[in-house]
Amino acid sequence: MTTGGWIIMLLSVGFVTLLLIWCIYKVLTTPGSEQHMHSQADIETPDVDPRK
Amino acid sequence: MANGSGSGGKEAWGTRIGVILAVMGSAVGLGNFLRFPGKAAQYEGGAFMVPYFIALLILGIPLAWAEWGMGRYGGARGHNCTPGIYRSIWRNPLSPYFGVVGMIVPVCIYMYYVFIEAWCLAYAWFMATGQLALGTERQAYIDFFGNFVGAGSDGFLAGGSSVSPAVIALGICFLLNFALIYRGLNKGIERFCLFAMPLLVLCALIVLVRVLTLGTPDPNVPQQNVLNGLGYMWNPHTEDGSFWKSLSNGQMWLEATGQIFFSLSVGFGIIITYASYLKRDDDVALSALTSNAGNEFCEVALGGMITIPAAFVFLGVAGVAGQGTFDLGFKVLPQVFNIMPLGQVVGTIFFFLLFLAAVTSSLSMLQPAIALMEEGVGMGRHASVAILGFITLMGSLFVAYFSKDIMALDTMDFWVGTFCIFILAGFQTILFAWVLGIDKGMAEINRGASIRIPRLVGYRLKYVSPTYLIIIFIVWIKQQYTAEKGNYFLTLRDNHVAQLTVGFILLVGLLFLMLIHESVRKWQKAEREKQEARS
Repeated sequence: MTTGGWIIMLLSVGFVTLLLIWCIYKVLTTPGSEQHMHSQADIETPDVDPRK
Repeated sequence: MANGSGSGGKEAWGTRIGVILAVMGSAVGLGNFLRFPGKAAQYEGGAFMVPYFIALLILGIPLAWAEWGMGRYGGARGHNCTPGIYRSIWRNPLSPYFGVVGMIVPVCIYMYYVFIEAWCLAYAWFMATGQLALGTERQAYIDFFGNFVGAGSDGFLAGGSSVSPAVIALGICFLLNFALIYRGLNKGIERFCLFAMPLLVLCALIVLVRVLTLGTPDPNVPQQNVLNGLGYMWNPHTEDGSFWKSLSNGQMWLEATGQIFFSLSVGFGIIITYASYLKRDDDVALSALTSNAGNEFCEVALGGMITIPAAFVFLGVAGVAGQGTFDLGFKVLPQVFNIMPLGQVVGTIFFFLLFLAAVTSSLSMLQPAIALMEEGVGMGRHASVAILGFITLMGSLFVAYFSKDIMALDTMDFWVGTFCIFILAGFQTILFAWVLGIDKGMAEINRGASIRIPRLVGYRLKYVSPTYLIIIFIVWIKQQYTAEKGNYFLTLRDNHVAQLTVGFILLVGLLFLMLIHESVRKWQKAEREKQEARS
């Protein structure tokens, strides 16, 4: 593992980890985020019959 | 859902954690733990990360925002299918026909994705029953995988007196997916995965700790240690060439960009479809970014730190370099599980959770085509799912049958999972930044958003992203023209299975072109009638 390798690894892993932590912080502290945020899996398409 | 209204109460807090898990859960899939390490190994890690992160920042995240925005824009104008959404943005007679790529990508990826999903299910079973306790001989794991997927010859479906476990697992996965999509139960399984996803991440963390504490398992080969394994993944130069020489590989830039698109589901036609069902003031900015962040964490910090270092420790450089896209996860991880304490339990849970993560991804892949059939040609959900079930079953059996060197799967993964996604992402970039326009587009993304996306992102999408895509494409074409190794055009020229696979993809495209044409006629007729009624 070279110095360049350490730098790239720490920058890469650090960046994605900090980005995720920041997003989690924003979701937890933004009023009403639980009502307005969606993932593609929790979006119900209108063609689905809820009785089935 | 609880009415949080910013009270910060326990209920709202719990619901928000649920939102994070749901968003992350739908983002995590096979691309993180299997496809990404395979690609990184193919291009020797460190150098691969440069185009990978450039593509993430210049293309992946901005385009994910653009897709969410365009989808909601089209949905507000009564369209849920990709061709309809394109038409609502660009009133050109040709615009809906570009949607054919948005149909080919999710439908064809579904065909081989379900097959790999089946491998995960089968490997969970093999782990649980001890069939993967193959000792410390690395060749045993390679042979096991080769026999399992029928990599030795085509037509393993027809060979022998007993049915292959891969085919049984494929059957189970196909029926499970079909039943869930047919009955519209994806929301139920998503709730279930609220618990499964943290478990998968926990499991991956346990494996990560084990991999990082492997040390030097074989004292006879001291160079095969964890530190060198990490070096193989992250060092900015390779064994046989300089960093700059590695970076001059156009194929690597294309594949790194393709991996970002594949992993974030950008250029799939899926996000744009689902976003069309959102309400006018729902958040798209923070939702997309959280989804991308969760996905990247699982991919880089977990997927990238586990498989390649472990593969290097056990197999050395020769075992890691040049592996097939999905090979590493099925040849190396079982060996790691075999030597770690409680490895059988952890391995079983890991492959099963990976299977569940794959299910949550595959469930959404047919929605773009279902939306087209419903909206464009007036079919019901059940009829649409049944027809798509038949088409995708043919495709999955095709991939499973032409199993020699996993040629059909690899060909489909490149031409659809990289090339077509690249084309679609390029088209959508132009559509958002140049046709819809930065002003309208950024206003759409920022409406109801929990975070404000700077206008700079719009300019990046307008100027930097298309230029970047065009340069990579030209370099790649130029390289393909002269390359002898890894030349997909030469493979296409010389290999019958590759030709058949591309022919199959084109056939699927033709079918969707006809459906789009019919849809366009229907939309035009409805518009004419509306106009006549007004006048």
